[in-house]
Amino acid sequence: MIIGLDVGGTYTDVVLLSNEGIERAIKVPTDPDDLFHTVLSGLDQIVDQVELMQIHRVVLSTTLTTNAIAQDKMPRVGMIVSAGPGIDAKYFRTNSDYFAVAGATDHRGREIEPVNPVEISEISQRLKSEGIRYVGVVAKFSTRNPQHELQMLDLIQPHFDKVFLGHRVSGNLNFPRRIATTYLNTAVYPIHKQFFQAVQDSLANKGVCIPIHIMKPDGGTMVFSASVDHPAQTILSGPAASVMGSLAFAFDDEDTLVMDIGGTTTDIAVLVNRAPLLNPAGISMGSYKTLIRAIETHSIPVGGDSAVRVVDGQIRIGPDRIGPAMAFGGPVPTPTDAMRILGSMKSGCRERSISGFQEIACQLTCSVEEAAFQVFDRTCRMIMTEAGSLVDRINQKPVYTIHELLEGYRVYPQKALILGGPAPCMAGHLEKISGIQVGVTPRWDVANAIGAALARVTSEVILFADTQQGMATAPEESFFQKVDRTFDRDQAVSMAFELLREKAFRLGAEEKELEMEVIEDQQFNMVRGFYTTGRNIRIRVQIKPGLIGEYDTIAGILSRE
Amino acid sequence: MLTAGRTTGLVFFPAFDWAISSTHPEREERLLYTQDQVFEEGLLDIDGITEFKPDLVTVRDIQRVHFCVPDVWSVATESHFISAGGAKTIGMAVMDKRVECGFALVRPPGHHAMRVVHGARGFCNINIEAIMIEYIRQAYGVRKVAIVDTDCHHGDGTQDIYWHDPNTLFISIHQDGRTLYPGSGFPHELGGPTAIGYTLNYPLPPNTSEEGFLYAIEQVVLPILKEFQPELIINSAGQDNHFSDPITNMNFSAQGYARLTSLLKPDIAVLEGGYSIEGALPYLNVGIILALAGLDYSNVKEPNYQPEAIRQKPEITTFIKKTGDQVLTNWRNRVQLGEMAQKKKGIDERRRTLYYDTDNIVENQHETIRVCPNCSGVLKIDSESDHTCRILAVHIPVGACEECRNQGYAWFDSIKKSDEAKAFLQDRPKDQYLEK
Repeated sequence: MIIGLDVGGTYTDVVLLSNEGIERAIKVPTDPDDLFHTVLSGLDQIVDQVELMQIHRVVLSTTLTTNAIAQDKMPRVGMIVSAGPGIDAKYFRTNSDYFAVAGATDHRGREIEPVNPVEISEISQRLKSEGIRYVGVVAKFSTRNPQHELQMLDLIQPHFDKVFLGHRVSGNLNFPRRIATTYLNTAVYPIHKQFFQAVQDSLANKGVCIPIHIMKPDGGTMVFSASVDHPAQTILSGPAASVMGSLAFAFDDEDTLVMDIGGTTTDIAVLVNRAPLLNPAGISMGSYKTLIRAIETHSIPVGGDSAVRVVDGQIRIGPDRIGPAMAFGGPVPTPTDAMRILGSMKSGCRERSISGFQEIACQLTCSVEEAAFQVFDRTCRMIMTEAGSLVDRINQKPVYTIHELLEGYRVYPQKALILGGPAPCMAGHLEKISGIQVGVTPRWDVANAIGAALARVTSEVILFADTQQGMATAPEESFFQKVDRTFDRDQAVSMAFELLREKAFRLGAEEKELEMEVIEDQQFNMVRGFYTTGRNIRIRVQIKPGLIGEYDTIAGILSRE
Repeated sequence: MLTAGRTTGLVFFPAFDWAISSTHPEREERLLYTQDQVFEEGLLDIDGITEFKPDLVTVRDIQRVHFCVPDVWSVATESHFISAGGAKTIGMAVMDKRVECGFALVRPPGHHAMRVVHGARGFCNINIEAIMIEYIRQAYGVRKVAIVDTDCHHGDGTQDIYWHDPNTLFISIHQDGRTLYPGSGFPHELGGPTAIGYTLNYPLPPNTSEEGFLYAIEQVVLPILKEFQPELIINSAGQDNHFSDPITNMNFSAQGYARLTSLLKPDIAVLEGGYSIEGALPYLNVGIILALAGLDYSNVKEPNYQPEAIRQKPEITTFIKKTGDQVLTNWRNRVQLGEMAQKKKGIDERRRTLYYDTDNIVENQHETIRVCPNCSGVLKIDSESDHTCRILAVHIPVGACEECRNQGYAWFDSIKKSDEAKAFLQDRPKDQYLEK
């Protein structure tokens, strides 16, 4: 049996899945000040009177690191950054103990300026004397050659509990994002480690001695032991869990919109060929732009509880939520009240909704029913318009070859899966105004926890080879190998796949889940003078985000329920 | 947090699957390291810098500028449609006020492509700046445009296209034509009889460095631009003046390019040449983008940059100042020179032999213009090459007077349809292209 748990803002959803489908689904209130207690009570209640030996998988999606970052509850950490020529490193400052140091490496990984050991040792002493225990070290182009970061590591390692290196974050080129991501890893490391260690220990005390998996924002999971090196990869996993929960019920291989219509916001994502589309740059959180892989989502401030107003004769929905719908005792009219008045929603006090809509009807000079319909219609149209702009944004992503520009895949969803409280009341009208097929995700109320339960391990490997310099490297994997002049694209792909397999197993994957694919493969002849002097090869492979093997049976059963 | 002082649009299209030939300077690898540097610096994440995906230009956009022989598809590949499309996309983003300025970092380049195109010259097939400018004129009604071509090679294609257009000021700064392809671009090349002084050439001696380039911009180009008052300033931003460029002999630097850009403040910059793909382009492009966006570029330096080692000699400085005076004098005398040309005759002719080095084609051209007191004058071109067919082409310019329009149609109608020659008519006032 599998446990999936997703911590939300108000409630934490927990499901227990077996070959028979959903054995049990519960909600426990989230205590944002004591997530440990929230998670444990959720786990306790779901396994109550269950044979613990039968549980073979536990996946947690929490807001632990997200909250720590959002509320700026992070310990003091040190950052040592070497930029070399280009934009001055001072512009990428992440925190007060941030030091820009000497040292430079160029775009092909050649050293331009060496590290200054004296400078590094001085900073190290200073950080240590301030009581700092965790340090991040980032160098520009460290993904081409990590030597400077490794040298700095050697110099400071004995003085700190943990040192995070920029090149281990991602093989992607983006120095400012590498700095931000390394900083977040360093800063959330202690709370992340302490929290999950405690969860794992208390599960072990109950007799559940299996590695726990943690949800990531790319719709995949990783085991706790691997997450301590990349703790920031656990941020913003909630929307990903919902998308993965819907994926279990995706119609077929066609492009599909997934729209999670909540109280305050609606999150929109796109499935292509049964996998969520990922954001190519990395997720952003507040002012932090990171290299953390994530599902491409578009979040808009429109939901069932959005405040409804009439401004200059026009209906305005949101962007704020003042309270619940009036039907449920809230202070201002909302789209949920409109649905209550129209009768598509059965619960709540209709009279209160009507009284709330009197003024809106008055301002629009129409009947209350007509006003309710206009508000409902406007809400649906806003969501479809935003879905359209997400699709446009995806299709407008720049590409760099003629082939991709002329023949690149264009997303064209003609189907949508919706979830969230108002979803069942909105499906019909969304379908009518958009002309695309709209279905409600079965068991949408716990789709997030189902998504967490069924998501497979995901990972990515970026391999870079430069045969003129005779090297192939995947710095993120600490992989560096000499290659000869004959090394080519095919060999590079095999090498990348082998690294990906090893990495996936380390993250907790099982053999049958290893759906590997090449997502980028480029080979350039390097010409100097009039002669080809080498090949420059760039390969990117991934485990496609998706569901674990058992999902077919489980999803089949869930759909029939 | 970095925020651009001036919102800046970027089209980055390195055409990683296109080359003139596998070892040609214009090959797949050209912008590879530039891409690495631009990505690693995180330029596309900066607030106020927006990357746009290029649209393709249409055949009509190309025919607004060129007479392609025998037709557009025979001289332009998809890559040219995209590269010109990248310039057009940036042009539209600026005109629609989505950004204040923009840079089309695209390849292949275009500034050696002339009005008549039989093939590729100087790595260029179609003139991507001219196609963008004429689109902007058509769609947004812009009249006065200035093009400052800072590529190391003379922008002879752009010069040819705007030779007779007094509403387009073309200024080219380049390595002296006696020492570099295409061998033209001397100060006495000033434009046709109806547009004298609106083509200005400022050749610089080999080994000119920062001091010389910045002198040319500050002391000569900027005062001229100030007087001309263009609605748009376009920079043909070639990057081959760099001290490490393998096919030229200049001593310019990343700091110099960034400074030049912040002085010139172009509305739109379009990449042209530049073939020091590892040692220069990554740094120049970062410098240019930062300068356009009004950001601090003081730390952008290429690895082997030693300002003392590339400082220009005093005699070079003297030479540059002398040439600059000559350019300014030509500009100040443009009205007088124009009046003299107008008096001379009703028809002006020029005969030229043009060589297409990239495609090894020889073209013989006979151009006839009506020297009109009321407009820039209708133009007729008779062109033939050793590779393609002969063409007879008529260009009726924007703002043509009634007489010139009639003359243009009379010329076109008088051409007999034959197998040996094709006839083309560009009617710019009506935005039409006819052929027979």
